[in-house]
Amino acid sequence: MFGAGGGTSSYQEIEQTDLIVLWGSNAREAHPIFFHHLLRGIENGARMYCVDPRRTASAKFADRWLGIDVGSDVALANGVGREIIAAGLADTDFIRRSTRGFDDYERAVEPYTLDRVSALTGVPVAAISELAHAYATAESAQLLWTLGITEHHNAVDNVLALCNLALLTGHVGRWGSGLVPLRGQNNVQGGGDMGALPDRLPGFQSVADADVRSRFEEVYGRPLDPHPGLHLTLMFEAMARGELRALYVIGENPAESEADIGHARDALAGLDVLVVQDIFLTRTAEMADVVFPASVGWAESEGTVTSSERRVQRVRPAVVPPGEAHHDIDILVDLAHAMGSELGPRRPEAVWDELRQLSPVHRGMSWARLEAEGGLQWPCPDLDHPGSPFLHGWLWEDGLAGREPAPFSVVEHAGPTDVLTTGYPLRLTTGRALDSFNTGVQSGALDSPIRYGDELEVNPDDARDLELDQGERVRVCSARGSVEMHVRHQPDLPRGLTFTTFHFPGLVDTNVLTTDAWDPKSGTAEFKAAAIRIEKLSAHPQGTAGG
Amino acid sequence: MVDLHLTADVASPGERAAVDAAIGPDGAVVVHESERSIVAGRTRRQSRRHWLLPALHALQAEAGWISPGGLNHVADRLQIPPAEVFGVASFYGLFRTDDPGHTGSVTHVCVDPACEIAGASDLADELERAGSAVQRGPCLGQCERAPARFVQGRGEPDHVPADDAVPFRLPRPGQPHRRLTARLGVVDPTSLDSYREHGGYGALTTAIAMGPDAVIEAVTAAGLWGRGGAAFPTGVKWRAVAAQPGPDKHVVANADESEPGTFKDRLLMEHDPFALLESLTIAGLATGAERGWIYIRGEYPLATSRLRQAIDQARAVGWLGADVGASGRSFDVELRRGAGAYICGEETALFNSIEGFRGEPRNKPPYPTTSGLFGRPTVVNNPETLVNVLPIISAGPAAYRSLGTDDSPGTKLFCLSGSLRRPGLYEVPFGTTLRALLLAAGTEIDRLRAVLLGGAAGTFVGPESLDLPLTLEDARAAGATLGSGAVMPFDDRVDLAAVVTRIAEFFRHESCGQCVPCRVGTTRQHEVLLQLRPGRPLADDRRQLLDDMARVMLDASICGLGHTAAGAVRSALDLGIIGEST
Repeated sequence: MFGAGGGTSSYQEIEQTDLIVLWGSNAREAHPIFFHHLLRGIENGARMYCVDPRRTASAKFADRWLGIDVGSDVALANGVGREIIAAGLADTDFIRRSTRGFDDYERAVEPYTLDRVSALTGVPVAAISELAHAYATAESAQLLWTLGITEHHNAVDNVLALCNLALLTGHVGRWGSGLVPLRGQNNVQGGGDMGALPDRLPGFQSVADADVRSRFEEVYGRPLDPHPGLHLTLMFEAMARGELRALYVIGENPAESEADIGHARDALAGLDVLVVQDIFLTRTAEMADVVFPASVGWAESEGTVTSSERRVQRVRPAVVPPGEAHHDIDILVDLAHAMGSELGPRRPEAVWDELRQLSPVHRGMSWARLEAEGGLQWPCPDLDHPGSPFLHGWLWEDGLAGREPAPFSVVEHAGPTDVLTTGYPLRLTTGRALDSFNTGVQSGALDSPIRYGDELEVNPDDARDLELDQGERVRVCSARGSVEMHVRHQPDLPRGLTFTTFHFPGLVDTNVLTTDAWDPKSGTAEFKAAAIRIEKLSAHPQGTAGG
Repeated sequence: MVDLHLTADVASPGERAAVDAAIGPDGAVVVHESERSIVAGRTRRQSRRHWLLPALHALQAEAGWISPGGLNHVADRLQIPPAEVFGVASFYGLFRTDDPGHTGSVTHVCVDPACEIAGASDLADELERAGSAVQRGPCLGQCERAPARFVQGRGEPDHVPADDAVPFRLPRPGQPHRRLTARLGVVDPTSLDSYREHGGYGALTTAIAMGPDAVIEAVTAAGLWGRGGAAFPTGVKWRAVAAQPGPDKHVVANADESEPGTFKDRLLMEHDPFALLESLTIAGLATGAERGWIYIRGEYPLATSRLRQAIDQARAVGWLGADVGASGRSFDVELRRGAGAYICGEETALFNSIEGFRGEPRNKPPYPTTSGLFGRPTVVNNPETLVNVLPIISAGPAAYRSLGTDDSPGTKLFCLSGSLRRPGLYEVPFGTTLRALLLAAGTEIDRLRAVLLGGAAGTFVGPESLDLPLTLEDARAAGATLGSGAVMPFDDRVDLAAVVTRIAEFFRHESCGQCVPCRVGTTRQHEVLLQLRPGRPLADDRRQLLDDMARVMLDASICGLGHTAAGAVRSALDLGIIGEST
């Protein structure tokens, strides 16, 4: 945010902050390691507010849970912003010195009165007001979110709405105050850092910037395409149109993880060439023309990973990859060689040094320093730089260190695209369980005593009205398709909301139900908001003895 | 922490109602303000954890045990992991975690020395034959009316049959100087008016006029030291807590009187409850603490109800509350019942018990004066210590010092039981000899073989020590202790080996098991004594083992229980009471 692709804060900051706002994130289950840091913060006295449609395991640790309607995050954020301004709690010095666009923002949020926001979100007025006052008056505050914010058709608007709150209160660019999107894997951040983004070169440098490009071209020894590539969702649309004919998939399982999965599988099946590089023979790999068995990143490979706090850390192989599995670098170098191109040395340190040469934020992170200092947080521009525990300190410096003030963004409430109708009266949202990881490629083979499979969780009162027994198998239908699932009564869900995980696509193809609406600004799909109805499989429940 | 995983067991309506009543309307951690707004969190959870012990008492009284469903309900209300609730419940002797298999009350019968001498085993057998559920256990603090019984009620309140059957009176002989016990048997313990008529709340009025500094000065000048057993100077303790900033401090009356042979605090609280409240209030105002606690042992139902009544009456007229005695100062008292754990008389174990944790002692330092109850500066005093403050404030330190010795000023309460004709509570000036005390209580001196001073945590002395002046300094010089003030003579009709073995068994049972030296040491000590044969000397290697264990427990135990667990046994060996040819 504000021009950098990473969370602003260190894990240590959440241990020392005064207020934690967990918004659209069930970190207790989805980010259990990070949640340990968060719990330490709570034990150190931090208060926590949790904004989530579900009263998740994480929400149960909160001082207050705000049960928001799915997809009404912008409305709530704008309402909180309006209340902060109306109560005179905005940090006017910070706004004047370090931001721009406040007047437009103030005008834009004016209609978001507490009453209106309460109607839009379902959250009581008093709770909204309390959150606003708590956030604005906290000495330091961390605002964290995950896919509850970003897996929407208006994901970027959601993020910008939250950033506005930080700008309004000065809760950014200081120790203990920050904006923290939690990453889903140990190295999501690293993937972005290394340029696995359609419009960025390593180090978050724009492909459209000719100066940047020329530096890369000099080292790579060839010209680079100045046009941004396609992000995942656009790729699938291009495949569907027949424009994208060949796909090389490294460590992804889109045949099971994409929203509106039937559509996605058709697209993959229509390719001329599908190459998959993975550690397992995934459903996607089964569809491939060529499969490269790869070594596991954390146990069989040498290199680096980057965590959500932008910390680059070394990883080392503990075991030799089994069978024909090869290191990712070797596969890539050999493939390039077969195609008549030499990528250079295979040694991870040499690859890293090439990156340091090209990415200014990584330049100071020598292999030796990463080893000796237990990792470093970017930006780390030179060998004497200690790394950066938090970002955007310049917002508090005189003259903003020569930078442009951070912009407020005007964003408006727009509910989910899949609106509730009499035909599809229930909201379905999806998420993760503690003991499983995404589509189960890496976790499904392991036993767990707390695994229930992909059940449809339903509010007990709704279940009573619909005459759905605990454990009953039902048909769940959306406008896109239907699946059969077992019902589980869940008192932690408000009425009208249902929930399921999607960890067991072999048993339940949850993503048959989800919508393929996606955010044109980020490419993320709206996994979090589908409209469904539940159909009983038989008119009368079976199995009562003597009945 | 709080995403609790409860079993499927559900509490009965009665269990739910009992727990909810015990923790009060704002006791539950999670509040469903609406379907979309739920309040909970660490602050609420931490600030309500101390309701765990009352909630468990309520469950036990309702169901006769801590049933899995009831446990789930408590865990849910207080947001405590069920395993932790079980850990706390199973710590205490008065809580059952298995189904009792009957729906009646349980009669606890004391089998410690004074009661055993008085026929406790026969009583227990007789009760069982009559169909009662009987639990034999440690001292119930009624040694003056042995053999002792305590009925843990189900469908009826907890009660002590002797409270109804035996009219109260103090033994008369040998007690010309009564300060602390002057009102006992005279004042109506259920009436604040009666207490006022007998001089009550005069000391607090004086203390308010004197101001905190002068009160602490007077307590220091009087030379008052703690009567719980450790004999720490009270003024020093008060001064240390007074020096800590802020009003978030505590004063605690440690009324978990569980030392075998000790019942003085019970009688003070049963028959002069306002005196404890008044003196605790003085302690609160003097140290700047706004919250007072009385932690009373669970086997004292009469003292508990009298204190509750006294607290209500004092609150009603402003002797407790936001403006104590028109002083402009705030102070109030909460009462907590223990649940059958000797260790909870150790001050830091007592804190943990109130806070809703297992009653295991903490490492010291930090000391309670800086980090006590709820981690705040805390004064902990024994009830006898506290009521000494009343004559100190009323009459002044000089008058107070007119009795006793320089190092042991004032009077001391002694609890006499065992081989004697007139068991009971005796208040005598410090310096009175052991012989005089025993004679007053009707001991046959020529048949005396040994006296246990200070209870199980104390020491045996032989007849050659009869002229020992009962002071702190003389006892120390003699290698003995006054401890809690229990004095238990045994004559030649008592099986002393059985008494000593029972003491060892007591410590084995009451060791909380937290630290290895005490857990293993008390067990080995008891095992060695079980191997003793009457009239046979203790083998050298066994004696060596006892000595080693004693030394390890003294050096390395966390708390006083381990430090004193070998004292009585060793003194018995040294005196030749056991382990020598007779």
